[in-house]
Order: sequence, then structure tokens, then C-alpha cells
Amino acid sequence: MRSYAAQRAGLAIVQLALLSVLVFVLTSLLPGDAADLRFTETLSPEQVAALRGELGLDQPPVERFVHWLGNVFTGDLGTSLISGGPVADIVRNSIGATLVLTLVTLAIVVPLAVALGIVMGTRENGRVDRTITSITLALSAIPDFVIAVVLVAVFSLKLGWLPATWIGGNLLSSPALLILPIAVLFGRTVCLLSRQVRAGTVAALNAEYVTQARRLGIPRRQLLLRHVLPNAAVPGVQELARTGDTLLGGVLVVEAIFAIPGFATALVDGVETRDIPTVQGLTLVLAIAALLINLGADLVCNRLVPRTEALR
Amino acid sequence: MSEALGRRGFLGLAGVAGLAAITGCGADGGAAAQPTQGGRLRAVYAGGGAKEVLDPHVQSLFVDIARHKAIYEKLVELGPDLKPVPRLASKWEHDGTGTTWRFSLRDATFHDGAKLVAEDVLYSIARIVNPAVPDRVAQSSLATLDLKRSKAIGPATVELVLTQPNAEFPALLAGIGTQIVRNGFKDPAKPVGTGAFRYVSFEAGRSMVASRYDDYWDEPARIEELHILSADSEARANAVQGGQAEYANDMTATFARTAEAGKTVRIVAAKASTMQAFVMKVDQAPFDNPDVRLAFKLVADRQRLVDVVLAGRGEVGNDLFGKGYQYYPADLPARERDVEQARSLFKKAGLAGKEVEIFTADASAGFVEAATLLAEQVAEAGVRLKVTTGSPQTYAKDLLTKGAIGNHRSGAMPIPQYVTDRLLSHSPFNVTHWRRPAFDTAFAAARAVTDETERSRRYGVLQKTVRDEGGILAWGLPDYLIAVSSKVQGVQAVPPNTLDQGRFDKVWLA
Repeated sequence: MRSYAAQRAGLAIVQLALLSVLVFVLTSLLPGDAADLRFTETLSPEQVAALRGELGLDQPPVERFVHWLGNVFTGDLGTSLISGGPVADIVRNSIGATLVLTLVTLAIVVPLAVALGIVMGTRENGRVDRTITSITLALSAIPDFVIAVVLVAVFSLKLGWLPATWIGGNLLSSPALLILPIAVLFGRTVCLLSRQVRAGTVAALNAEYVTQARRLGIPRRQLLLRHVLPNAAVPGVQELARTGDTLLGGVLVVEAIFAIPGFATALVDGVETRDIPTVQGLTLVLAIAALLINLGADLVCNRLVPRTEALR
Repeated sequence: MSEALGRRGFLGLAGVAGLAAITGCGADGGAAAQPTQGGRLRAVYAGGGAKEVLDPHVQSLFVDIARHKAIYEKLVELGPDLKPVPRLASKWEHDGTGTTWRFSLRDATFHDGAKLVAEDVLYSIARIVNPAVPDRVAQSSLATLDLKRSKAIGPATVELVLTQPNAEFPALLAGIGTQIVRNGFKDPAKPVGTGAFRYVSFEAGRSMVASRYDDYWDEPARIEELHILSADSEARANAVQGGQAEYANDMTATFARTAEAGKTVRIVAAKASTMQAFVMKVDQAPFDNPDVRLAFKLVADRQRLVDVVLAGRGEVGNDLFGKGYQYYPADLPARERDVEQARSLFKKAGLAGKEVEIFTADASAGFVEAATLLAEQVAEAGVRLKVTTGSPQTYAKDLLTKGAIGNHRSGAMPIPQYVTDRLLSHSPFNVTHWRRPAFDTAFAAARAVTDETERSRRYGVLQKTVRDEGGILAWGLPDYLIAVSSKVQGVQAVPPNTLDQGRFDKVWLA
């Protein structure tokens, strides 16, 4: 187990290195740089050229990348080309909203999805199973932004019950801000996750060892909790890690629609203004988070069902 | 120059208000509504993320301009017809040649209690033009200032000297990024101005909070607290409709239609106050041929472009910038569509059946639609127009170098400034590549004429040349749309960049 974790961690570092090169190259390929984009009718070409020098954009790309990498190793994410402040500040200021959204969503989604999955799995092809399956399949087929637009139209603009955006609001004084964004994020993730738990439950229930356990007369409740759930949870946990990606996609949409000042918004802003250090910093933090989640998920699965290690 | 608006300014304002009354949307009636005190107003603008700044000399976004306007003031502002009106300078006079200008300062105080004096003005101007700091936006427009010879005449009078005569100098002081800061102002994070609101807090990309400044020289604001917030178009619409904001800047025609159907939101429309155009590079084939430029101007179906692209919220343009502004030659006949004449001009130029490329991008609402629609219209006269779409973020820069024809829009600014920025040989934003030394000379000469009538006549002649021979096909003059909650009163329907636009010390909550 320990060597497995070490091996995975080593791989993660290689992945991070490749990713940061890739992000740098891709953002550099975008048309125009941060100075070009400042070119509006208000700044003259001479001013833009001077600005380019000041921002260090006249340096060769490789040099800029090496400089950035050197800073990262000392824990410095660099300076934003747009705000002139530390990228770490942008990360810090934007991570809060996204974390709250993600964690609250997961806190609701996970227990509910597990419960739904088990209910469906233990009643395979029964009426309850078919009903829930149809609803979740239908829900997961609707794009996030459609759900968001409909929810806003009904609950904010029509009924006036809930705030339509985060503009000027803050979570401490009005927690109601969370309701609609989470409702959007919740829909898709609960559908995907519960279906995985259902599949795991069905597979486990049909497995040889469960039949054997049943023959031995183990009570149903104990059977489900001790023998079925751990096995059923494996695809669920893996799906949960993948949910991170889905959730991020959803968060991007949700942040845009509800004007939430979060990570996705900061990232989009960074790309649009060619603020490469900011984009680099944000993606690095995101990548580390994604790797940690996946690593965690693998280790949890490994622990739940130790025999899977032998299969690797 | 008197303190009240000039006659022209008054008529301009009355005209706008009258129009608004006819269409049922616009400036508030006034007479019936009695201003009330207190309350909080939340205004939402298009955001700029980390790009947003507190430094008033670096501004370029509307949201920044609105924030700085609440806290800081300029010596001069622009009236509804883009003519300079006094602000911190109560009056001005020049030496008769338009080279040396004396500005009398108003009895105003900064938020920390200090009195506004001439040194503050000199410091502010030196800070703006400091060449070591390239992001000060008014640097090029104030480039002709002679700092060494400018001086304080007394605490309340400042003398500014130019290297060349310019009768439009007051208008330049009303440009973007020309706010007066305290002598010695160093830290933009601690803004202290003379404006109607004092700074409370700021988060780039999100919000600025300011509170009423009770000792404001020009009648303290009615509202207690002002929030200026950032959000994209969709979120602005939801916020103002959902009651999370009372004022939303720069709304779409589509939103205006929805909003007007309901009761909670009112649209304040500054009629025909900006410009949408196609720009042709006069030094590039096929537009180096004047016949081709004229043919394009003749073939464009302006009314249809206005109806489709602007959803009818605007007027047709007459290939000139600045309708309704000071110096606009209003007597020029409107350009009529003439497909037959366009066809024969195309034939004469050898362009019949050929293909021309139009370079556009989704940089501004309606650009791509307008280009596509123009392609259909040009096809009626036998020329194919191929629409190429570029990157929206770099469009402002690309337009200078890419494609022979493209989309262009312009906000409100005084006509001489438009000419200076876009139509002189060395203009930084000369998108039509209109470079004529004789035009430059004639413009510089006109700008130095101190007699307003004569100056206006000369500008008129120059504008007619641009209209007939230049590369600007100004097809539409969009309305500038603001959405306000039905309880907000006192919002003026005036062009962007003018004194009364986004001016929150005059509004109140009913």
C-alpha cells in the first residue's frame, strides 16, 4: 500500500510538470499578449510597447517559463500581468466561493446518491428502480445552463424567492445565495453518482459471495452494510473523483450565470486577458487538487477492497 | 463661460428628454417626483476582473469610470452635446491664442477636509503625463502641455500652458483619466477625492462601496450609500430584474424589450448616442479607389441594419461621427440607398463578380451580424463579401492591421477628439488609414481658431470631406440603454462619457 501511494505520488509530479508546460505553451499560442489587449483607443501604440517592456513580455518565452518555474519551487506563484499583484492573492480570493460551492454540493450529493443507488440496486428493475432511473437519466441529459436559466426565471424573476446572482452579496449575510447554484450542480452529479452506486450494488448482490452469505443466513441489513456496500462503493468512489471534473465544468457554468467570483471566473478572466502567470497559477492549483482527489479515491478503493491491488 | 449649461447644452438636453418622452422611456419627468433622502443604490456595470483599478488615471473601463466619478472629479466635464462644462474649474479663459489657459478653481474640499488648491491640479496633471508610467490613459491627449511653464497664479487659479494653440483644450481636460487628485497622491488604494461619495471599500472585479460626502460642494447626494458592482450582461439583467441592483449599465436591445413588458424595470435610453460603422482602409485595394468606397456607402441598407442588428433601437447614420454633438454638420443630406449606382460604380472599378473580405470579430454586440448582413446587401450589387471572424480580445489591435474592411464602433467623445484619435496621419487608432497631410494641417489650423462659429464652420468642411471621400461607413447610431429599477428617479438619458451619465449624486430612491 505504501509503495503504491509513493508510485502514484511520483506519477502525479510528472503529470504536474507536463501540465504546466502544456498550459504555458497553449496560453502563449493564443492571439495577442497582455500588452496587446490593453491596446484600446485610450493607450497609444508607444504606451503599449512601453507596457510590454515593463511586463517583461519582450523576454523570450522559454526564459519567462523558467523564471516562473523557479518561482514556483520557492512557493511563489508570480505576479499577475493585469493587476500587478501576486497571483497567490487571486488564487486566495477566488478559491473560497468555489470551495464552498463544491463542498456543500458534495455534502448533499454523496449521502443522497448512495442512498438512492442502494434503493435502486436492491430493487433492480422494479418499479422504484425504473422510476428513479428515468428521472435521473432525464435530468442528467439537460445541460447545466438550461437548468440554471430555468431556475433563475422561476425562483428569482417570477416568484422572487431567491437571489438571481451573487452580485453585491456575500455568503455570511445571505446564505440563500447558495441555493440556486447548488441546485444546478446537484442535479447532474447526483444522477451520475447514484447510477454508479446502483451498478455496484447490483453487481455485488449478484456476486457469488453474497449468495453464499445469504445461504449462511446473514441478516439482510448486515449483509447490505458489511458485504454489499463496500464493494458497491468502489465504482461510486471512482465516480466521485470523476465528479470533481464534472463539477468543475458545472461550476464554470454556474459561476458565469450567477456572477460568482470564484475560481472558474478568475481562470476565464485570466485567459481572456492573456494573464499567463495567473492562468498558470490557477491551473497548477486545480491540477494539484484533481490529482489529490484521484489519488485519494484510488487509495480509498484500495482500502475498501484490498484485493484490487493484486489486479494492478 | 457661465456656470449654467450653455444654450446649446440646454437645448441638447431638452431634445433628448423630449424624444424620451415621446417613446415613453427615458429621463424622469421631474416636476411630479419630489426627491427623497437616504437609501442605498446598487449599480452594475460590465466588469473587468483583475483589470479593474482604483487609480483614476489608469481607467479605461466604464465600471472604473463610474467608480472614479463617484469619488473624484475633473476640472471640466462634458455636457449632453459633448461640449465642455465647468466642474472643479468654475470658469476658464485663454490668452486670445488658445495657448495659455487660466482656470479658476471652485471652493471644494477633499474628503479629508483639505481645500482644493492650484497645486493639486498641477500635481494631478504632472502625474498623468509622467512618461515613466505608460498606463496613464490621458498621456497622449495631454501631450502638448508644457509642464515647466504651467503654474499656480494663486491658491484658486491655475495657469496651464500648451506648446501649440488648441481651442479644444478644456474638452481634453474632460477626457478619460483626467481626475484631480490630492497634491502628493501616491497610493491609489486610499482614494481621497472631492467627489460626492467617499471611499469605503473596493474589490477588483466585484464591487466598490462608497458613502455620501456631506460637505460636497455641489449639493450632497440624496442616497446614503453607493455600491458599484461588476457583472456580465446576463447577470446584470437578472440582478436588476431580481431586485439585487437598482441600476444596470449598457443593456442590450433584446433585454430592453423584455424589461419594458414588465413593471419592475424601466429603460432609460440615450437616443442615437454612439456609432456603429464599417471602416474601409483607404490605402488598400479595393478601397484605395474612391468609387468603391462610395459604392459601399450607397449599397448599405442602413435602415435594415438598424432594424436587425440594433433591434430598431437607434437611428441610421450618415457616414459621420457625432450626430447631435457640438460641431456636427447637421445640414448634410442623409445618404440614400442606391443599388443601381453602386452596381455601376463596382463595374467601373472592375470589382463586379469579385470577392472582398471583411474582417470582423465578436468583439462588440452586433459586429458579426452587421458584417453578415452587409455581405447580403453588397451581393445585390454584384460583389461578394466574405466574412472572416477573428479573436474578440485582440480585435481593437487587429483592426488596424488586418483586412481591408471591418467593423468599428465608437462611444461618445467630442468630435475634435474623434478626429485627433482616428483621422490624422499619426492618430494612434486610425482604422481607415486616412492619412492626408493637407487634412492634418487644416484640422490643426481649425483647432487653433478661437472664434467658435468660425472653428465650427471649418470643422464642418473637414467632416464633409471625410463623409464623402473617407473610409467610414457609419450606418447606425445605437441608443445607449440603461435599466433602472422603477423606484429609481433622476437618471438622465445622456450619452456615455458625459457629466450626467452614471452620476449618482443626483438620483434618489422613491
